[in-house]
Amino acid sequence: MLIRRAPLIPSSEITPERVYRQRRELLGLLGLGTVGLLAGCGSADTEAPAAKAAPTQPLGPYDTAEARTSFEQASTYNNYYEFGTDKEDPAKYAKNFKPRPWTVEVSGLAENTGMFELDDLVKPAPREERVYRMRCVEAWSMVIPWMGVPLAKVIEALKPTPAARYVAFETLYDPARMPGQSRAVLDWPYREALRMDEAMNPLPLLVTGMYGRDLPNANGAPLRLVVPWKYGFKGIKGIVAIRFLEDEPLTTWKSLAPDEYGFYANVNPTVDHPRWSQASERRLAEGTSLFNSRIPTLPFNGYAEQVAHLYQGMDPKVLY
Amino acid sequence: MSAPTPLKRTDPIPWVKLALWPLLLAPALRLAWLMYLAQTGQDQNALGADPIAYLTHHTGDWAAYCLGASLAMTPLRRLSGWPQWIRLRRLLGLFAFFYASLHLSVYAALDLGFDLSHLWADIVKRPYITVGFSAWLLLVPLAITSTRGMMRRLGRRWGQLHRLVYVIGVLVVLHYAWLVKADLTWPIVFGVVLTILLALRVWPAARRRTGAAGHFERPFIEAVQIEKEGFAHPLFGWCRHGRRRG
Repeated sequence: MLIRRAPLIPSSEITPERVYRQRRELLGLLGLGTVGLLAGCGSADTEAPAAKAAPTQPLGPYDTAEARTSFEQASTYNNYYEFGTDKEDPAKYAKNFKPRPWTVEVSGLAENTGMFELDDLVKPAPREERVYRMRCVEAWSMVIPWMGVPLAKVIEALKPTPAARYVAFETLYDPARMPGQSRAVLDWPYREALRMDEAMNPLPLLVTGMYGRDLPNANGAPLRLVVPWKYGFKGIKGIVAIRFLEDEPLTTWKSLAPDEYGFYANVNPTVDHPRWSQASERRLAEGTSLFNSRIPTLPFNGYAEQVAHLYQGMDPKVLY
Repeated sequence: MSAPTPLKRTDPIPWVKLALWPLLLAPALRLAWLMYLAQTGQDQNALGADPIAYLTHHTGDWAAYCLGASLAMTPLRRLSGWPQWIRLRRLLGLFAFFYASLHLSVYAALDLGFDLSHLWADIVKRPYITVGFSAWLLLVPLAITSTRGMMRRLGRRWGQLHRLVYVIGVLVVLHYAWLVKADLTWPIVFGVVLTILLALRVWPAARRRTGAAGHFERPFIEAVQIEKEGFAHPLFGWCRHGRRRG
């Protein structure tokens, strides 16, 4: 009996890894095309899952084209002390967290205060995707496609009074659902805030999703803040309260160590953390090798053009 | 390493050492394998989302474990009444140096990309790196003088030199405590273990000084402390000390 051996595949026929890795995007494009063709036949929500997983929209004015962090990296490695202090903890211990139903209490110096269903709160503007750099105060960074609504649009709809100079946020406090809160590592609940002019800048996003999916529990589901020119800890997660205030409130990390974490927390390569340098960062993204991950940190995390004017005349030393 | 040559059939130490080698090498080999998987793209997440942090933390942890284990041998010997524990001390200490060196290499080579000016700036400016680097630096003479020949040559001063290991232990705990942001749990655990290990030495030493341990015990203990394999006979060390003193 003749045994035939399969012919060797010439190396020219093998799909290069780069192309292979784009296969989802290619499928996504096909999927989008199909949806386009069939748009008349059904609801627009029947988008192909592949297209959802890999957003293919052209880049917007605020988006970075840098290599992205993989979904796996971004959803399994972050700080969310409500679920533990290790960066792997949120993914491990937030798995069974129920992010719905979810209400947000709006209070303080605004016309539209009260309890808001999450969907009503983020209704004022359509959800959009923003690909932002995320710079952690620990000197590592990611590039993440967030899905959310501009904070400014939500605030406009809440109609703050002219006396409101700050907007403050608070995370859910519920040790039964957030096991990390059973230890007094931080002064719970987690609190963050922005000056009103910072909040009204087009960059801050109230985020409900990432990578075309709903926001994973580990990343702050169902609602978190993303302020791309500030260190990651300003991006408060699991938001249950929004307050409009006249005076600067005390924020969580600032209350813990005011010399290490300021109110502004703007990414600033010239002001080091007292214990480590902020001049450069380790970029955690796809295609980053073990040997080339360190890159210089940019003032305002590269968003100086959009936000530097907010701090004109202020001592840069207070802007850490 | 060379195959063990049991001195006596009843001597288990060479076999314990033979078992310790693969056990203590396994973490390093595992990291090398994961690095290979991550670097070749076979498993991008083999080292987690932050590969350099993963390598840094694991090598640092193992350096601390080995250091702690080496520090545990003297108290163990005293508590168990079995003097042979002390013969594992060099192996554990050298593995501590091995992992500490890997730890420093990951930082200097991978994290900082051999940017030596950055490394120097960190050593000078960042207290947690200052103390971490000092701890490694102090381990160097201990590793160099860990050979039998060096022990013989240094004699009594060998024991004095190797007391540096206490300083190193304190530096390691400081290094760890200084770099965490808010959760001091593990640095505290390390600190408590170190305190217990040190207390177990200071207490009998203090008792000896007050004469409670008797006249004969002191040279005996010192001799065993500097004794290594091949110098297994405590009397030898005792005699040697006696000669020097005389």
